[in-house]
Amino acid sequence: MESTLTVTEPTHTEAAHHDHPKLSWVEKYLFSLDHKVIGIQFMFSSLFFLLVGGALALVVRWQLGFPGQAVPAPFDLILPGSMAADGVIQPNGYNAAFTMHATFMVFFAIMPMMIGLFGNFLVPLQIGARDMAFPVLNMLSFWISVPAGILMLVSLYIDGGAAAGGWTSYAPLSAVEGFTGVGLGQNLWGISLLVLGVSSIMGAINYITTVINMRAPGMTMFRMPLPVWAIFITAILLLLALPVLSAAIVMLLMDRTLATNFFLPAGLSIAGTPMENVGGGQPLLWQHLFWFFGHPEVYIMILPAMGITSEILAVFARKPIFGYRAMVFSICGIAFLGWIVWGHHMFQSGMNPLLGTTFMISTMVIAVPSAIKVFNWLGTLWGGQIQFTVPMLNALAFVSMFTIGGLSGIFMASTAVDMFIHDTYFIVGHIHYVLFGGSLFAGFAGISYWYPKMFGRMMNPTIGKIHFWITFIAFNCTFFPMHILGVGGHMRRIFDPNVYGSLMHLQPVNTFITVSAIVLGFAQLLFIFNIFYSLRNGKKVGNNPWHANTLEWTIPSPAGHGNFDVVPTVYHGPYEYSSPMSDEDYLPQSQPVDGERAKLAQQMSH
Amino acid sequence: MNNRLRTFIAGAVTFLCGAAVLLAQDVPEQVTARYTRWWLPDEATAIAGKIDDLFYIILWITSVVLVLVFAVMLVFLFRYRRRTGRRAVYYHGNTRLEIIWTVIPALIVIALGIVSRQLWAEIKSQAPTEEDALVINVRPRQFQWDIFYAGADGKFDTPDDIATINQLHVPSGRNVLVHLTAQDVIHSFFVPEFRIKQDAVPGMMTQIWFNVPNPGAYEIACAELCGLGHYRMRGYITVHSADDFSAWYSEQMQKKAVELAPPPAADTAAAAPADTAGAATADTSASVSQADTSATNP
Repeated sequence: MESTLTVTEPTHTEAAHHDHPKLSWVEKYLFSLDHKVIGIQFMFSSLFFLLVGGALALVVRWQLGFPGQAVPAPFDLILPGSMAADGVIQPNGYNAAFTMHATFMVFFAIMPMMIGLFGNFLVPLQIGARDMAFPVLNMLSFWISVPAGILMLVSLYIDGGAAAGGWTSYAPLSAVEGFTGVGLGQNLWGISLLVLGVSSIMGAINYITTVINMRAPGMTMFRMPLPVWAIFITAILLLLALPVLSAAIVMLLMDRTLATNFFLPAGLSIAGTPMENVGGGQPLLWQHLFWFFGHPEVYIMILPAMGITSEILAVFARKPIFGYRAMVFSICGIAFLGWIVWGHHMFQSGMNPLLGTTFMISTMVIAVPSAIKVFNWLGTLWGGQIQFTVPMLNALAFVSMFTIGGLSGIFMASTAVDMFIHDTYFIVGHIHYVLFGGSLFAGFAGISYWYPKMFGRMMNPTIGKIHFWITFIAFNCTFFPMHILGVGGHMRRIFDPNVYGSLMHLQPVNTFITVSAIVLGFAQLLFIFNIFYSLRNGKKVGNNPWHANTLEWTIPSPAGHGNFDVVPTVYHGPYEYSSPMSDEDYLPQSQPVDGERAKLAQQMSH
Repeated sequence: MNNRLRTFIAGAVTFLCGAAVLLAQDVPEQVTARYTRWWLPDEATAIAGKIDDLFYIILWITSVVLVLVFAVMLVFLFRYRRRTGRRAVYYHGNTRLEIIWTVIPALIVIALGIVSRQLWAEIKSQAPTEEDALVINVRPRQFQWDIFYAGADGKFDTPDDIATINQLHVPSGRNVLVHLTAQDVIHSFFVPEFRIKQDAVPGMMTQIWFNVPNPGAYEIACAELCGLGHYRMRGYITVHSADDFSAWYSEQMQKKAVELAPPPAADTAAAAPADTAGAATADTSASVSQADTSATNP
């Protein structure tokens, strides 16, 4: 495909790779226009922010597990001054810690990993394109996320501390500086997310256009690998949902800095004193806007993970994915229904209870396509020849942990039961089962699976398996007891639960969770180590170390600039494993079997 | 331990705690004593019992599904692990199975939705009206629960309103309707043993009701992040027997009346009309100290 950009952008004709000018180091590695390099850049940035978010989680857990005790040296050195005094975490610092933990994880770790890394790296390769539709826009999408991340990091260390209103940033708490005591930190939070929103929207435009326009000949929509379907649908969600968040944040920043009253009702007082010049605003407006974005957002984080899991399960069971069309329609169903469930975050908000019933119905219904996917994954395993590689282990963890996370969602979907468990640790348990147990395990699976295509070497499988097992066990020890805490009435976002006589007896559970979380956090260093270690020491591999069918495995590892010497022609779907038409137990999409060449010629002659 | 036995023990312990509270007339330390389970707290109201029943129904269904999925998965992982000389089954899917495992989960969630809707309606749409309940205004602010009773005139926002901070007193066996309005940010009124939770939002009024059959002592927790002191926004509910509540309420009204009475005049001639020890007088003496009392209502 020819790119339609400025003259300085090298054009890629079929046999002319060696004709374009040599790129400088800065052009090749820093401001690269190659989707694979940009994907790898997103990988490193998302892993960095995963560590930042993880460190903040350990701050939260330290306070809950060992209340009032100083964070042990040398870890107290990285604590912002506003968070702790002499290493002892302070109440406002605690509020900032869980706010920034979630913010970094959602916006700077999971989203960039699922979409920035996998979307960028996989979409052109798996559809047989040389690059994305808009390579410059792609490069900008990454480089705009960098100042957003820097702003967010800076906000941790400035005077007054970081944002402390929760990642959900409810108004009026977050709309008036005096309510949290946080000034610039909260403003930087908003500005950073506005900048990041631009990055995400740019990426979304690129993925949608690339999938619609740049598929190789024979690559019909229903022959696309499931990761591409997932990312395509996710990109549509991104495009429509992010502007809503951006609008809400603009309104919030205006309330904070320009004396507007989008979210401030009349009669508001601060420290018992009536505020001046407030009125006409609605606190619930913030919640509706935020969650109208926020619910599609969580599907943005899980759908690519589901696509990756489908791919890896099929490859390592050596079987076609069970129910390919059902899987595609489920992705579409989840995405569509995801727009009409946002009120389930607001059942107890003061919203009209009849509206609550409406959202309960839609929320119950959205459980069905997710259930269909789980059953289809089980069907994929049935009758297989299962290989327990590191990617497969992590993908299997996704299936099992997502099932737990999804089932715990049913409790919250029931408006009456939600009355009890809303804003308790039951919710925190659910969130982490789907985001860590779900998205992050899929991230580990995808990175270890596509690493050889990125770098030409395998990640060390022994380290990979040790990392997997420690993570899997420590993950369950950390997050399953949170359901117990929630059932016991333990609220979330509470600096010191021992204030409540009804919660003091749960302290041992909190301590156990903290110890498990520390093990879990440090175990991730194994994964990071493996990535860097294997860059130099990993086993070198050829085109197709996994014997997989999708187009990226027909070209060298690592893939070269422009991807394909000759744009491939696609003859069948991506999941023809153990086909009787092939001697091997796999059949690449671009390798025709008897009659397929003729069939394509006939279709193309019409 | 079955439900009834658990409820009986909870009720007995609650009653004993309640008795101790009334004797002690103080913040109940006994609130800690009865919490040892790493599970649902005591059910102190009928609605709590119904919510728990629904919780257990969902727990049962999700546990069965979870066990089934995991069992099938483990069996498949063992049975279909790679062995030499085998080829995987070349099988793309089964439409009938797809229909079955779409319809059955759909039926289950629809059933759960219907049951949930009924309980939700009982809690929300069928809440007692102001005529059927003791109405209490709770106005949380950073970081305390400002609680108001209508007082002798039966009307709110009048000078004889009885105000407490963090101390909610209610009679047992009677509907209590709490009207919530936050003063600054969103807070949330949460009583675990009643299983009730309702956000208190500034600029609007929300409500929650409960009916506690037996005297006892409970904590109020704030369940919506409201700032620095969110974690220490603990309140107390003392559920009195009907008689004890009347006694407490009368005492509060008397104290209020004394507070509102104009200061005793120097000569005895003016002393008589100033005798407001009785409950019902509100007009003249009230207007004198109106500016005063409204300042004490934050």
